[in-house]
Amino acid sequence: MTANGETLLRCEGVHKRFGKLEVLRGIDLDVARGEVVVVLGPSGSGKSTLLRCINHLEKLDSGRIYVGGELVGYVERDGKLREDSEREVARKRSGIGIVFQRFNLFPHLTALGNVIEAPVHVKKLPRKQAEEAGRALLKQVGMADKVDEYPNRLSGGQQQRVAIARALAMQPRLMLFDEPTSALDPELVGEVLDVMKSLARETQMTMVVVTHEIGFAREVADRAVFMDGGVIVEEGVPADMFNAPKEPRTQLFLSRIL
Amino acid sequence: MITLAIDFDFGVVREYMFNDVILEGVWITLQVAVIAQIIGVILGVLFALMRVSGSRVLGLFAGIYVWLFRGTPALLQLLILYFGIPQLFDNQTITTELTAFRAAIIAFGINEGAYMTEIMRAGILSVESGQMDAAKSVGMTQMQAMRRIVLPQAMRVVVPPTGNEFIALLKNSSVAFTIGLVELTGAANLIYSVNFKIMELLVVAGIWYLVIVTVFSLVQVEIERALSIGDRDRQQSLFSRMSDMMAGRRIP
Repeated sequence: MTANGETLLRCEGVHKRFGKLEVLRGIDLDVARGEVVVVLGPSGSGKSTLLRCINHLEKLDSGRIYVGGELVGYVERDGKLREDSEREVARKRSGIGIVFQRFNLFPHLTALGNVIEAPVHVKKLPRKQAEEAGRALLKQVGMADKVDEYPNRLSGGQQQRVAIARALAMQPRLMLFDEPTSALDPELVGEVLDVMKSLARETQMTMVVVTHEIGFAREVADRAVFMDGGVIVEEGVPADMFNAPKEPRTQLFLSRIL
Repeated sequence: MITLAIDFDFGVVREYMFNDVILEGVWITLQVAVIAQIIGVILGVLFALMRVSGSRVLGLFAGIYVWLFRGTPALLQLLILYFGIPQLFDNQTITTELTAFRAAIIAFGINEGAYMTEIMRAGILSVESGQMDAAKSVGMTQMQAMRRIVLPQAMRVVVPPTGNEFIALLKNSSVAFTIGLVELTGAANLIYSVNFKIMELLVVAGIWYLVIVTVFSLVQVEIERALSIGDRDRQQSLFSRMSDMMAGRRIP
């Protein structure tokens, strides 16, 4: 394990419902700095919702989420939670990168434009400096020769790599990946996973990855978490969990995807 | 024997095409339409943002505005502003400052804003929700994300119907004739009520409307092409653009 024990992400009793449907029913999860956690589970198990709650794209119904010791999305006073100001929520979000299943690149901006948008307009970095850093990031994800292309001229794998660079541009301390390869043609999955692997290995980025890529989980993840029905059913070292799942629901799920 | 003589003198059309009164009318029509459209776009963006803000009070306020100004004729609104309001206040300043020209711009601008609100709202809603998520995830506030990410993308959807609105406004501005504004139709009327060359002057006005509308349609095609950046970087000749326009095709 690369984790050094210091907790970066802490989820405490997270509940989330959409109308009558309770999607998260009490999630407790700690992720240490530098740790890579893979979240698996059948569709509808609440994996994506959990990620969206972590950077407060969804409000919580109860529970608390801390990143780097700071409560995300709320301020606590006398044990009561109050919605945080929009500016504070935005500031905390900028320290948490998220990569979406459908890339969500800004189609009216070039690859470089996508990457420098937030550094220039949120962080107020001088454009020159942001562009320099942006080019370096695009190089890091293997997109140095596509800097001036618009997203619709890029393949899915290329778009997703630009999206990773865009998230990294705000120098987040935590990266969330929401099924980053699910929308890709099979032959393009590898290039995105390679970028994620080097991110984990070379920069010791703390990562929470929702994926069905068991190979990636085995190779890179420190811990695997299996979710079903809005709760964490089982967690452990990936190899152990995949070879000998303890819970019947985990066994059933793994037998279907392996 | 019955002879069918058509009493129409092309010479009169030629003579009045560039008549000073007609040209002044063209200029007034252009000013009223352009300024009212600009007011309409600004009001449209503001009220559309209120409608999508999620705030009940702002949404209701914007809803009432649209309901009121889309639900009554523009002519009625113009008459209320020009004749009704001065009666209510009986104030010398209002009567002198509120010229027919200003009243037309204000009334058409506010009326246009109601239509533009709905167009802008549809444009904003046409942008995938993932764009707002992505913008927020890199640390933008709701307003920043709207201004920098959502609105620029909404513009592509908004420009074609806005072009239609503007063309309608150009022509409908002729109702300002009823409050004594000598715009293009009013100018033609002024002349034919003296020389009785009615048909000739109406044709002059018609030709001018067609010229203006054609020029602005080409401008619209140009704007749509500029906004299609990121869709396809295709350069087109003026000829193919015009034929596209005539065929009603939209530049992707």
